[in-house]
Amino acid sequence: MQSLVIVAHGSHLNPDSATPTHTHADTIRKTGAFDEVRTGFWKEEPSLREVLRTARGDDIYVVPLFISEGYFTERVIPRELRLEGWDPDLWDSEGISADTATLVASDIDKEVHYCGPVGTHEAMTDVLIRRAESVTGDPSVGDGFGFAVVGHGTERNEKSAKAIEYHTERVRETGRFDEVKALYMDEEPEVDDVTEHFDSEDIIVVPLFIADGFHTQEDIPEDMGLTDDYRTGYDVPAEVDGHRIWYGGAVGTEELTADVILERAADAGADIGDAIERVRQQTKPTTLVAGD
Amino acid sequence: MSVVEPALSETQLAAFSETLAEGAIEYDGLAAEYDADEETYHIETPDRHATVDADALDTVAAEQAAYITNWYFYTQAVGSEVKQAFCRWLELADDHSVPDRYDALESGIAREWGQLSITTTLADDGTRHYEVRHIDDSDVDADALTTHTDPFDARDIGTLDADGRYRPLRTAPSLDSGWIFPDLAADEVYEAVEAFYPATVVNWHREQRGELDIDHWRDEQDRQSGIYNLITVLPDEAVEWAAAACCDDSQCLKRREWQLSEDEPLDADGGDGVFPCREPCSMVVAAGREWAKLEREDTQTYEFELTPSEKDQLEAIIDSVADDEIDEIREADIGNGANRWRVRYLREKRFDDEGNLSGTPTHPDGHDPDDGGDDH
Repeated sequence: MQSLVIVAHGSHLNPDSATPTHTHADTIRKTGAFDEVRTGFWKEEPSLREVLRTARGDDIYVVPLFISEGYFTERVIPRELRLEGWDPDLWDSEGISADTATLVASDIDKEVHYCGPVGTHEAMTDVLIRRAESVTGDPSVGDGFGFAVVGHGTERNEKSAKAIEYHTERVRETGRFDEVKALYMDEEPEVDDVTEHFDSEDIIVVPLFIADGFHTQEDIPEDMGLTDDYRTGYDVPAEVDGHRIWYGGAVGTEELTADVILERAADAGADIGDAIERVRQQTKPTTLVAGD
Repeated sequence: MSVVEPALSETQLAAFSETLAEGAIEYDGLAAEYDADEETYHIETPDRHATVDADALDTVAAEQAAYITNWYFYTQAVGSEVKQAFCRWLELADDHSVPDRYDALESGIAREWGQLSITTTLADDGTRHYEVRHIDDSDVDADALTTHTDPFDARDIGTLDADGRYRPLRTAPSLDSGWIFPDLAADEVYEAVEAFYPATVVNWHREQRGELDIDHWRDEQDRQSGIYNLITVLPDEAVEWAAAACCDDSQCLKRREWQLSEDEPLDADGGDGVFPCREPCSMVVAAGREWAKLEREDTQTYEFELTPSEKDQLEAIIDSVADDEIDEIREADIGNGANRWRVRYLREKRFDDEGNLSGTPTHPDGHDPDDGGDDH
């Protein structure tokens, strides 16, 4: 019996924080690839302390729905899950190549496979591109468009910028968009000046965040000048300084993120059959399905 | 009221004989074994002993068939030990014999788990069906409630309270009503309860087995890192106040089992909930961090001009907020100290232009410590 345990931050204040976690859990549950899919949270329930005891599988795969390696994936989650003998070196990663480590969780006296975070998996690049397609409604979007991947910056976590740079480079390598750049909230180049960093008239902006919240729904739209007051909303696209800004919100809410969770578990040895392919098909925007 | 006449299905008979081929069965008052030499089954229940030929299993008396369908349901149809224990609790299995339960299940056995009312009923083949609704809706016609069939809907029902406010603590006694899961299977009722009250069943089960692992406040303090390191400086008496304030049944339906430490019990009442609380939750830890910051301040002597009634009024306002009674105060009930007009009047009379009570500055020396913080 295989169990998937998705662990995420959650929030005491924002009911939407856990929404992507639950949505992706539901998507994966429907594939039947796992006998059970459980979710656990730092700030919500079940807590990280108690989530493993809700899982019954012989093979348990824990996937952190976090953007980057760092404090939470390397310290908080292993401690709260009680992974015996955990050491970040087991991932042998400089910031973007954490894969998996198998350790006994003393809470349940069983081995669990502790996977690297969703945000640094290469498949996350596909989710960013999928978000570009869904926010523009154009499955072949690319020509004439700039693409900004937005992150926090290094102030709170030096590794978070590595994930941003990694995916920015990978999107750039596809050659699909005219320009691809990384922008940050708290360091240069800043998302506030997005129009200064692009020549393209159309700019797709996608924050590499797991859930929508204060930063993605309030800070970034106001900082970019999409709106003076986030409460009044903004247009997509919105006109700013002669550019059209296609703001996509947190990439983690894109349905295809469920695929990255599956990829993480599969990389750790989970037998998930064709679930990845099915999720990829199922989460395609209807415009794409209609065109297939 | 007709009594359920258990009928053994071919699937149940096959499972019964296959299990007996492996060894004897002893479950919930049923004892059965297969005599390979005689090719007969010996079936013993509290009031009946029977020996039947291998090809005549389907002729067992109704009373014994009930024991067999009961065995089949719990050992073959319900997925795990935890779910079995929970479903047995739901039908008071440890207190009543199978025939008594089968009689009672005809009309349904209802039990409460937090604010959930869960009613178990029985089909002819021994399969249990579960209905879940809010305890406040116990007497409401099912047609008047919103019907749900997917147990994971419970997650969304539990996200906001009746006023649309977010419920970060799923076990707060603020579950909205007006919904019903009319017919869930055993695995589904477990999932619904897990979604309403995460991890409560598994912790209750550990407690039932005498295996509940409790992490006390000092364990929690020792484990923290980052911004929550601050709770290590929270005074012990503040932990007492925090437990009394936050973990009371009026705030959380879990029964607090954690103490200051194993040898240092808290005086605060842990509550009467069915399911235990085995360690300070993230809400209490986050609140503890705030209190740790606040408790670093020294007390200061202030001088206020208040009439006795105004002092009473301040206390009434605090009580009304703490007991969440603000919404119950009538508009024109000016006699209530927490009535809005009374409070607005007090503010007009006693606050200066800077919002200081009786014109007394909060920081007479002009120092106003920055109250920073975030949600990590």
